[in-house]
Amino acid sequence: MSRISGVLDGLRAKQRKALIPYITAGDPHPRLTVGFMHALVQAGADIIELGVPFSDPMADGPVIQLACERALVHRTSLRQVIGMVAEFRRTDARTPVVLMGYLNPIESMGLERFAQAAREAGVDGVLVVDLAVEEAPEFSPVLSQAGLDCIFLLAPTSPPARIAAAAKLASGYLYYVSLKGVTGAATLDVASVAAKVAEIRGITRIPVAVGFGIRDAQSASAVAAVSDGVIVGSALVAEIERHQNEPERLAGLLRDKLAPMRAAMDAGAVG
Amino acid sequence: MNVPPDYSAFPDTRGHFGPYGGRFVSETLMEPLRRLEEAYLRLRKDPAFLAELDDDLKHYVGRPSPLYHARRLTQAWGGAQIWLKREDLNHTGAHKVNNTVGQALLAKHLGKTRIIAETGAGQHGVASATIAARLGLKCVVYMGIEDVERQSPNVYRMKLLGAQVVPVTSGTRTLKDALNEAMRDWVTNVDDTFYVIGTVAGPHPYPMLVRDFNSVVGRELIWQTRDQIGRLPDLLTACVGGGSNAIGMFHPLLPFPDVRMVGVEAGGDGIETGRHAAPLTAGKPGVLHGNRTYVMADEDGQIIGTHSVSAGLDYPGVGPEHAWLKDVGRVEYTSVTDDEALAAFHELARAEGIIPALESSHALAYAKKVAPGMASDRHIVVNLSGRGDKDIFTIAKREGISLT
Repeated sequence: MSRISGVLDGLRAKQRKALIPYITAGDPHPRLTVGFMHALVQAGADIIELGVPFSDPMADGPVIQLACERALVHRTSLRQVIGMVAEFRRTDARTPVVLMGYLNPIESMGLERFAQAAREAGVDGVLVVDLAVEEAPEFSPVLSQAGLDCIFLLAPTSPPARIAAAAKLASGYLYYVSLKGVTGAATLDVASVAAKVAEIRGITRIPVAVGFGIRDAQSASAVAAVSDGVIVGSALVAEIERHQNEPERLAGLLRDKLAPMRAAMDAGAVG
Repeated sequence: MNVPPDYSAFPDTRGHFGPYGGRFVSETLMEPLRRLEEAYLRLRKDPAFLAELDDDLKHYVGRPSPLYHARRLTQAWGGAQIWLKREDLNHTGAHKVNNTVGQALLAKHLGKTRIIAETGAGQHGVASATIAARLGLKCVVYMGIEDVERQSPNVYRMKLLGAQVVPVTSGTRTLKDALNEAMRDWVTNVDDTFYVIGTVAGPHPYPMLVRDFNSVVGRELIWQTRDQIGRLPDLLTACVGGGSNAIGMFHPLLPFPDVRMVGVEAGGDGIETGRHAAPLTAGKPGVLHGNRTYVMADEDGQIIGTHSVSAGLDYPGVGPEHAWLKDVGRVEYTSVTDDEALAAFHELARAEGIIPALESSHALAYAKKVAPGMASDRHIVVNLSGRGDKDIFTIAKREGISLT
């Protein structure tokens, strides 16, 4: 069983929900990223999504777009990001790490070489934002054979046939995009999320984590109540943006931002 | 013996041109794209839709555009006869309107009330704003702030037409970033919004439908050259940024093996300087803006900034069908530098009284290179894809002349 499935099964047994923070690797500086990852774990992260910066992050909003630009000022490369995971693994063998990014840097490195290096570094899953199931049949098996989980996105616009197709190639969890829009968008309609997650659960048993639009303890606990986990990205990255010139404070600020979400989700699970 | 492919059979049902094309976008857009494809495949066989499109092309755009024999230019350069396909005479001054008229009709048939577009030189933005005004659709145009500055007349034109122009400050602040921003708008407003992509790139079905709408150029060329020359021409040439004017001219003639075709990319300061916009000449296959194609990227797979004097060619990707036509060898691709394009720009203005767009000047510059080596009974058709009024400020600035 993969590290991701192990963690999600364990949470399910305890009737708890997964908290999955996202940060962009290399933002605001590559030497800070591993420290941030540990801080997120201390604040209650179950899985970490680590963004691989890309010059043209088409599906991301302004917050993550700027994070990519800050990371690319230091030429943070896919190889370096994999190296950060290896460094993180020296002191954390437990928390799964998912690389999230766009296809071109992976293809540029070479898919098989990437899969091998990621696996050796201790990466657990890969989510390629601009790779939907139609283009994935040549891609996913290479990752699966290297022991990496393939995380796919589902959206409000995904009809049942697409959900089934994604579930067939996916492992670990499915990432449900809570709204039509880019990362960091404003409005989140919990009732419609609940309905769609229920629809997905009617089609597959793979856990469903929900992202886009979760910014605080209240929205985290509301979404956790109707899904298997919440993904928090832009709210954390905005914190980095705001305090990018105070690097020594950032790990603490990330912890302070994430911990109340953990608390609210766990309180929700009990109550 | 190699049997040439049936070019009309591409893209395949998955939107692929050989290994290129496809649909590389986030999940939210996959179903809307599938629906768009379905609607387009239905409408392109619908006599009522086609009649409406033909009527617009004739009475609103002013088609057919003339095929003009540039006799003085031919004399000046020597060798092959130079013909110009006068897309610059279309309403709004470029080939772009062939596509926007078609896509706007699609939008109307799909019940969308708002269209969005990205633009580089501003020609596609103007063409989109124009048709939006005529159909009473709301129109938002995304434009890199660097292009907003160097193409200010077109920005004003779009505003006069009632469009909202949104300057894009992310990334390299040019066409590629405008495209990212338009895609973000679309994913957010996909219910009421139609994204009018301006070139033969992007996710399937865009490369196909933009090609089809622009193919009116090549279809006219077949009967025009038979009427005026008595046969098909020997060489077609067109500039290639995303490649919509080139594919529009080339595609209907692909099945005629005696017609040679050359796409001309922006060589900028020269390929060897790295400051250019020539992915087919100096790039490698990758994935950008929803399709697999040749892109300009660094060794980490990051898309790199491009350079061209012409905003409309300043793009690090290229339509996937061009990538495939290059690989199968049916179309040749080359580049000319900023300086060569500018020289051709001036020569056409002086010899024929036609001020060409800087984009189209690249194709002219290539014709100038090869015409002298061809016999005078050979015929070259240059796609004069746009007029140059929009570029006079850029050229004046480059030549140290103040217009204010």
